[in-house]
Amino acid sequence: MKMIRSMVLVSGDSLSLERGAEQVLQALQNEIQAFGLSDEVSVMMIGDVGRHDALPMVIVYPEAAVYGPVRPEDVHYLVEEHLYKGRIANDLLAPVRELSGRIAWVAARKGTLPAEQRIVLRRVGLINPDDIEEYILHDGYTALGKVLTEMTPNEVIEEIKKSGLRGRGGAGFPTGAKWSFVAREKSAKKYIICNADESEPGTFKDRIILEGDPHSIIEAMAIAGYAVGADEGYIYVRGEYLLAQERLRRAIEQAREMGFLGKNIFGTDFSFDIHIHTGAGAYICGEETALIESIEGKRGQPRSRPPFPTTYGLWGKPTVVNNVETLANVPPIVLNGADWYRRFGTPSSPGTKVYTILGNVNVTGVIEVPMGITLREVINIYAKGMKGGAAFKLAQTGGSSGSLIPASLQDTPMDFDSYAKAGVALGSGALLICDENTCVVDLVKVLMNFFRKESCGKCNPCRIGTQRAYEIMCAIAEGRGKMEDLDQLLWLSENMYLLSNCGLGQTAGTPIKDMLKHFRAEVEAHIALHVCPTGVCKIKAFA
Amino acid sequence: MGKMVTLTIDGQVISVPQGMLIVDAAKKAGIDIPVFCYHPKMEPVGMCRMCLVEVGRPVIDRTTGQPILEADGTPKIQFGPKLETACTTPVSEGMVVRTQTQVVAEARRGIIEFLLTSHPLDCPICDKGGECPLQNLTMAYGPGESRFQYEDKMHLAKHVPLGELIYLDRERCILCGRCVRFQSNVADDPVIAFSQRGRALQIVTFSEPGFDSYFSGNTTDICPVGALTTADFRFGARPWEMIPTASICPHCPVGCNLTLNVRREAAAGGREVIKRVMPRQNEWVNEIWICDKGRFGYHYTESPERLRQPLVRKNGRLEPATWEEALAFAAEGLRERSGVVALAGGRLSNEDFFNLYQVVTARQGRAVLYSTMAGGDYVQRYGLSGDANLAGLGKGDAVLVVATDLHEEAPLWWLRVKQAAERGATLIVANARPTKLERYAAHVIRYAYSEVLEKVQSLLAGESPEAQALAKATNLVIFFGQEGLSLEASEALATMLARLLVQNGQAERPLSGLVAVWPHANTQGGWEIGFRPDPDLAHTLATAGAVWVAAADPAGDDPILAQALEKAGFVIVQDLFLTETARRADVVFPVQAFTEREGTWTSGERRVQRFYPAVPELENTRPDFMIVAQVADHLGIPLVGRSASRVFDELARALPAFAGLSYTRLAEVVEQWPLVGRGDLYYGGTVYENTQGLGVRLARMSAGAELSEWPAVEIAPAPADDALYLVPVVRLYDQGQTLVPSHLLQQRMARAALYLAPATAAQLGVQTGERVEVSAGEWAETLTVYVDANVPVKAGLVPRSTGVPLRQPLWVRAQRAVLEPQP
Repeated sequence: MKMIRSMVLVSGDSLSLERGAEQVLQALQNEIQAFGLSDEVSVMMIGDVGRHDALPMVIVYPEAAVYGPVRPEDVHYLVEEHLYKGRIANDLLAPVRELSGRIAWVAARKGTLPAEQRIVLRRVGLINPDDIEEYILHDGYTALGKVLTEMTPNEVIEEIKKSGLRGRGGAGFPTGAKWSFVAREKSAKKYIICNADESEPGTFKDRIILEGDPHSIIEAMAIAGYAVGADEGYIYVRGEYLLAQERLRRAIEQAREMGFLGKNIFGTDFSFDIHIHTGAGAYICGEETALIESIEGKRGQPRSRPPFPTTYGLWGKPTVVNNVETLANVPPIVLNGADWYRRFGTPSSPGTKVYTILGNVNVTGVIEVPMGITLREVINIYAKGMKGGAAFKLAQTGGSSGSLIPASLQDTPMDFDSYAKAGVALGSGALLICDENTCVVDLVKVLMNFFRKESCGKCNPCRIGTQRAYEIMCAIAEGRGKMEDLDQLLWLSENMYLLSNCGLGQTAGTPIKDMLKHFRAEVEAHIALHVCPTGVCKIKAFA
Repeated sequence: MGKMVTLTIDGQVISVPQGMLIVDAAKKAGIDIPVFCYHPKMEPVGMCRMCLVEVGRPVIDRTTGQPILEADGTPKIQFGPKLETACTTPVSEGMVVRTQTQVVAEARRGIIEFLLTSHPLDCPICDKGGECPLQNLTMAYGPGESRFQYEDKMHLAKHVPLGELIYLDRERCILCGRCVRFQSNVADDPVIAFSQRGRALQIVTFSEPGFDSYFSGNTTDICPVGALTTADFRFGARPWEMIPTASICPHCPVGCNLTLNVRREAAAGGREVIKRVMPRQNEWVNEIWICDKGRFGYHYTESPERLRQPLVRKNGRLEPATWEEALAFAAEGLRERSGVVALAGGRLSNEDFFNLYQVVTARQGRAVLYSTMAGGDYVQRYGLSGDANLAGLGKGDAVLVVATDLHEEAPLWWLRVKQAAERGATLIVANARPTKLERYAAHVIRYAYSEVLEKVQSLLAGESPEAQALAKATNLVIFFGQEGLSLEASEALATMLARLLVQNGQAERPLSGLVAVWPHANTQGGWEIGFRPDPDLAHTLATAGAVWVAAADPAGDDPILAQALEKAGFVIVQDLFLTETARRADVVFPVQAFTEREGTWTSGERRVQRFYPAVPELENTRPDFMIVAQVADHLGIPLVGRSASRVFDELARALPAFAGLSYTRLAEVVEQWPLVGRGDLYYGGTVYENTQGLGVRLARMSAGAELSEWPAVEIAPAPADDALYLVPVVRLYDQGQTLVPSHLLQQRMARAALYLAPATAAQLGVQTGERVEVSAGEWAETLTVYVDANVPVKAGLVPRSTGVPLRQPLWVRAQRAVLEPQP
């Protein structure tokens, strides 16, 4: 192995590639050669570096200098200044406005940003996702090796159970319990499915993992396969995630070549292989049974449950369906043990959670922090406060189907149980933070429009209820609302919850319920006074 | 019978088999749980959410595994946090279900209100109004009024033809998916499907022609609203105006149970007319389904072409005559001549056959069955017996289907064989060409038409995997047809198949046996009564002193038979129409259609079933058995002819297989599952409950002596290397006289054509649409070619009953026809 004095990383997420990251990489290689530095400096492209305001970015170690946006014509100057002359090219440095990924990690080490606790994102932005050797260098496939050579399937499940890992897709179902349900099924064929259809608006945590560290998912699926007795896995990737698909494909090929997938992995009896299935833009296919139908080549419509996928899943066989983030937690737990994992987070929700921060705050991006941190902490520490000093009004958690969190719940610990106790849901981890200039009627109207379009139409409470709710919200927003409408909205949301078949219909009414619980006065102002207090809704003037 | 489970529904304790769904268990207990999307014949999906009920289960102590008890000693019941769908939840031990609570009532009201916010409520002009589950359930469980007025309603297309048979009203559709699931899972013609999603979800068809399925009409029965209607009935009548009459389908040997809906109407001059044909439940025969031929193919009974007067030949011309004249003339003709041949077709009832048989035997004549297929006597001895129901076939059993395309010839048998295969029965399909049934077959035996007997004989040798599968089957049901076979060859085939049953030891079992796929509803009845086909019919007819033809048109089918008939001494014809045969007759009697009279038919499974008069007879017509009895009366032969039931009593006295049967016995019913009809159409659909008879299977005749060796039949070898084996094949919609008057089916009817394999067509130098002349001796026809990869080489397929005079397979010379330029 050669010794290098500097390491140059180029951001390789989809946006960077679109903006010429390849050309920048090429230019860097040419310039470094031209300056005769090829033996001393390494250049590589990595995944998502965690910030998206100045792409493409170039990061130079050991100084941890972050440059961006870098154009190919800037490269000569950058190489000359930083790598040849050894001084930081200040005029090319990226401003720190966003945080996440490698940058946040680096910044935290330098003390400029608050620390995150990185478990699932620990390699993202640090390694080249297209190179399996880098993954292996960073402890990759060690957990799989340990599991296959030192542990029985039952021990793996017990370890996961002990760790208290809960599903990160939104519902928070204990992962170990799910695995044990599938493990105890007597079936020659079982499947592991990784749900990477991440379609909740505002959530992109899984994409960061898939693009930046695809092997961690492959390794985790193989571990899950060993634990439950499955030899085949599917990754259902959202159709728009082209880069993630490409990197996953390459990762699977490399893993096969190296023998981490295929027959007799690590020389044991265990065999496992993975297929990629891409979605086609349907929100509902993130629901696990609709996802299974979609893989089977049918319309993406949820099945009725029971039977649950753990007994009757893909092609009728017992199936584990886990979210990307959930799976990414598995190898570290196996390597470091359940006790180590329980040191993070809260007793009932151990571990960390990846959040995507959006909305009217100063810094947006991805963070991974321990479970149990409060919304106020997220806004003040990680998001650097509300934009323009405006007051916090509400946060919407978990994409469309999450809850509206009013200011009064800002100090509730963000973990599954505390939130459930407060009557709200944590969801998938998107935090849409809205300030006082947001009209709650407008927000809920937009959400209802989303649901009515994304309802699969299979069961009628959701198919018709979302449409009717949207119509009523439009009426209120346009000043045509009546007070009785509020009762109808409540009736609709209650009935959609009680009568619908799957999570989409059951949660579609949540924003309505939260709106009327926490912001009723504002809604009534629209109806009684024909006034939108925030001035967002274009209410017609009434005589 | 599996394990039984005891549960409580609304305080009623019931025991049902494990695995049963709550909705079915409640139905069994007489408790209605309303549903829209669930149907007892299909897998549940839980879409409509109408069946939500409260479900509680006993709390089990994890340490002891015993139920935790309340203070009063009853098991502690834990109810779920939410309602559960009764249609997807199986029963479990100790379960408590509540269907009458406030929560459930509110849920139902909610669902109905959801549905009605988008439903046009055009009940006053809707065909379904009066027998509509949505209407009925709204009355029972819905709110009095809707609170949703926004944008009024969704307005969608109201007359969407899904093909020319079925119309879709998109506004009325509640998207329960019953039709889609029926087509995909039951009929396996997935030609309709959901398109779009959310509120834009809709049913579309993507076949050409639209909704291309022989079972499409059934979707209108199970549609819980008026969204799907048939082109035949839509806007035809209101359900409550019509009188239902039990009947049997006249079109094929399955014998599907029908209900004819009749109304007296001004448009028909105050006459009673059939408005529609509906299925009638018979779980032994057609369950609750019928094919579209049965549903739409009744119009011939009301054709203006029907004969309305007896005709008598005077001075070489057929002249109208009175009944008395005609009967006397017929009797006179018979009295003078010896050598009477009765030629009867499979449309006659058992009673008709019986009387005709009595007369000709009394006159030392011959009773000839107008058929080119043999084997009915083997079916008598080796057919199914007792209570055997094809629905009982499953794992460990086998079904062998030889020389027939069940989907075209007997769609309901196709359906039931398919279901048997899906339940695990081993299906073996043997034919010279691919048929739709092969999708479900474990083994496919493909042969050249000339090798069929060798192939079947090899099954007796027991070497091949197919033979072994047949040998080890507990029950074996064999369907055989006549595709590519001469009468002699079909005799040999039937013998071999009977031998197969005997050799495998299945012949004695009730649910094993031969089923002949006859071309007509009552061909088997003809065999039972003593009619037999004639291998040299032309000679028999030409040398007969007198020929008495009933329900057959030999002259129309084959010019050679027409010539033969002209040589016959005296010809009596009984028919509905003035057929080619009737035109050559000395006396023609107009008969009644099956809708106008009583009678019984014997199905291919040997089930004798009654049909009832639905409409008054066409003036001046009489039933066949009566005409025969009246002619016999003139000849001094005493026969019962006044009522069908009395004729049947005579028949039951005379024939051992019918011993003990009577019309009363045939009208008996037992409770069938699923429960359909009654007051609640939401569950099974608008199919009629069977209250007028399930019919009775004839007793198996004793096998008698050892099975004889089969006749050494050699299928005529090809006369020349380039000869073409012309094979008549059955298409469901043909140009037969009993189907052509159903104009609705016109577009789908088979036309006279020659189907050739691509290689054969290339050899002849022809393409689809060009014409080929086929000839054998004096016989010659020019036919339009269709190139079809499914046709075997060296064979040419010709649809039956399309005007091509081809009753049996024939080796022909073929050459491209050069069209004469039109002058």
